[in-house]
Amino acid sequence: MATTAAVVDHATHAHADDRSFIRKYIFSTDHKIIGIQFGLMSLVFLALGGTLAMMIRWQLGFPGKPMPLGSLLPETMAAGGIMLPEFYVALVTMHGTIMVFFAIMPLLMGLFGNFLIPLKIGAPDMAFPRINMASFWIAVSAGVLMMAGFFVEGGHAGAGWTGYAPLSARPDLSGVSLGQELWCLSLIILGLASILGATNYITTVINMRAPGMTWFRLPLSIWALFIASILVLLAIPILSGAAIMLLFDQTIGTNFFNPATGGQPLLWQHLFWYFGHPEVYILILPAMGFVSDVLACGSRKPVFGYHSMIYAIISIGFLGWIVWGHHMFQSGMNPTLGMTFTISTLLIAVPSAIKVFNWMGTMWRGSIHFTTPVLHAVGFVAMFTIGGLSGVFMSSTPVDIYIHDTYFIVAHLHYVLFGGSLFGLFAAITFWYPKMFGRMMNEFWGKVHFWLTMVFYNAVFWPMHDIGVHGHMRRIYDPSQYDFLKPLAPVNTFISISAFLLFATQGIFALNFIISWFKGEKAGRNPWKDTGLEWSTPSPAPHGNFEKTPTVYNAPYEFSVPGMAEDYLPQDQKADQSRAPAGAGH
Amino acid sequence: MGWIIPHGVSTFTPEIDRLYYIILVITGIAFVLVEIGLIYFSFKYRAQPGRKAHYIHGNVTAEVIWTAVTAVTVVIIGIMSVPVWNKVKGRNSVPAGALAYNVTAKQFEWNVGYPGPDGQLNTADDFKVRNQLHVPVNRDVVLEATAEDVIHSFFVPAFRLKQDVVPGMRMRIWFRATEPGPYEIACAELCGLGHYKMRAFVTVHTQEEYDQWLAERAAQAQSEAQPSAVASR
Repeated sequence: MATTAAVVDHATHAHADDRSFIRKYIFSTDHKIIGIQFGLMSLVFLALGGTLAMMIRWQLGFPGKPMPLGSLLPETMAAGGIMLPEFYVALVTMHGTIMVFFAIMPLLMGLFGNFLIPLKIGAPDMAFPRINMASFWIAVSAGVLMMAGFFVEGGHAGAGWTGYAPLSARPDLSGVSLGQELWCLSLIILGLASILGATNYITTVINMRAPGMTWFRLPLSIWALFIASILVLLAIPILSGAAIMLLFDQTIGTNFFNPATGGQPLLWQHLFWYFGHPEVYILILPAMGFVSDVLACGSRKPVFGYHSMIYAIISIGFLGWIVWGHHMFQSGMNPTLGMTFTISTLLIAVPSAIKVFNWMGTMWRGSIHFTTPVLHAVGFVAMFTIGGLSGVFMSSTPVDIYIHDTYFIVAHLHYVLFGGSLFGLFAAITFWYPKMFGRMMNEFWGKVHFWLTMVFYNAVFWPMHDIGVHGHMRRIYDPSQYDFLKPLAPVNTFISISAFLLFATQGIFALNFIISWFKGEKAGRNPWKDTGLEWSTPSPAPHGNFEKTPTVYNAPYEFSVPGMAEDYLPQDQKADQSRAPAGAGH
Repeated sequence: MGWIIPHGVSTFTPEIDRLYYIILVITGIAFVLVEIGLIYFSFKYRAQPGRKAHYIHGNVTAEVIWTAVTAVTVVIIGIMSVPVWNKVKGRNSVPAGALAYNVTAKQFEWNVGYPGPDGQLNTADDFKVRNQLHVPVNRDVVLEATAEDVIHSFFVPAFRLKQDVVPGMRMRIWFRATEPGPYEIACAELCGLGHYKMRAFVTVHTQEEYDQWLAERAAQAQSEAQPSAVASR
């Protein structure tokens, strides 16, 4: 892959080309290869999680009808091709688990945390390359364990991705024993991978920034990954602890969550959401960072309010710790706490709004080049705004009484996780693809993919607000059981058909990704004319990244500096002394 | 359809629905402004020959304005939510003299315990009816709810009422229905493979109908009690 004969003058990396195939591409310690490994693993899981969603949508759109290819499934999942309720709850559980833990999170943190941090701060690699390699292979083993759950007796975990106890703790009540145990075990092991990764990222950002790369010259993508890494480091151990307690309840007879023997079911919810809400921000902050980078480059303008953006990232990271109770308004938690969590939750709207307005400010009076990554970035802002605004409804406790656990929540979380995180990821993948593989993705098919995704995505998730407002519960195997849901059946069918089209559209992205790898147009060092340090190295970047350690002179987004011939000033390029850019002095 | 909440029939309905519509209007305005702004900027500032981006790093006044406006708006929404929340779920929200029933949730049914002819709950003449809650209209009602196995959630969409029912905890759920009729009770918390069919009914009667129904069922329960004492379920 590293076809460019790079002159590697880092003493530590002089042996770059001696590495065997296995050391180079399988058990690699190169942050770029590990990042791509994480990326490929997560994309496979993304496709799998999407497939599970299609089965869910089949059952909701066409309840009780045999699934296409359903006869291929064993009788324990679908009898005569008709889905069984126990398989449905396993699908709901695993769709959430896979998307959150094995698709979105490793794409954001595993792929881009790894790939971008050293390249954008001017470091030759991560602080701990071997720990980095361990992190990936631990994540793979967690993924294998999680998949094994589909093949065990009793089926896979069926207590929702939130694993509420005592349902998750009592095999006699859920009918699932080994599946739920594997779910716990896999999350514990995956947690280890996340903690190792986060430690590495934090250390690398603090210690390995190139000369001149001050904190206020860091690109927002790095700021976001840095804050998200701190959240990972603090939040994941709580999940691991809770999962160990749950595993003990299931296997060795402890009673943390079982009220019959003195346990407390709400303890699980407090622990889970004390992890779970910071997790929500782990899943969105990095995407916000990528979008900031892409929008500035696409608009040929510095990010509007760079400092406000950083303070907004930090405040979201902080406020994320004091809002977990808003998942529990109707749980039986002391109602007086509701008020506290309402206020803290509503306050998160403030930094979120600051970010949205600053993205708009970045586009304002720019010269926007609508390449595929920029389209996805603008799409991110448009969709994240909807997800943010729908969150205001449930932060108001009385309104939450009604819409809690309905499809309104499903709509909200998908506007944030798909409309937000995934559009942000599409922007990032298409933007940094040339740096990863040395080739461009196809622009035409990229745009087709964007527009079709945008249309079908909204056709799937917008009507979910509507059926949620009509009281449609989540995680219901057969809505036709309820009279008040019967009039909503055509909406469910419409959503399902749109979902199938949305899923099929992703095939365009997959093909574009794979074909461009081999046949894409060769990318130069800096195809987007961006200012980041990663664009000063060859594409793909060689082992060790930089021919010589770059020195940073400028703020991260010096586009369209007046009086300069080019409309971008790379961070490692000295500006003309007589016309130093205003942002350079931070 | 659309974003209109269906007709509701409890005293909570007007207040919760009003709050919902206020938030819908506020977020609707923000939604329209942002989305139209994005579309307008996308057209107006698209790259064209001769266009050069302006070298702008930000504007402190703009930051202060949109931070302050957002903060004030959300705090107002928060303050408006408090009294409604306290009325429905506050610690001392259950009105004195509310008619009490026992509700026991288990996989996958709602069992309702009624006070017998003595009008007192938790006495020997209580009787149970599966998946049927009968209450009089325009009377405060409180459900003393608990769960036997896993967490369930008592959800009556027409009342705008939802409360998780947790094993090992006793929940006091109150409401006051305003229109007679049958309404559906759903379980809103995933409780196992039969979660989707954990459905029950609440029937709101006029007071006369209710008295008659209660008397009939109490008599029926008493006559059933003798032969079935041995074969208890």
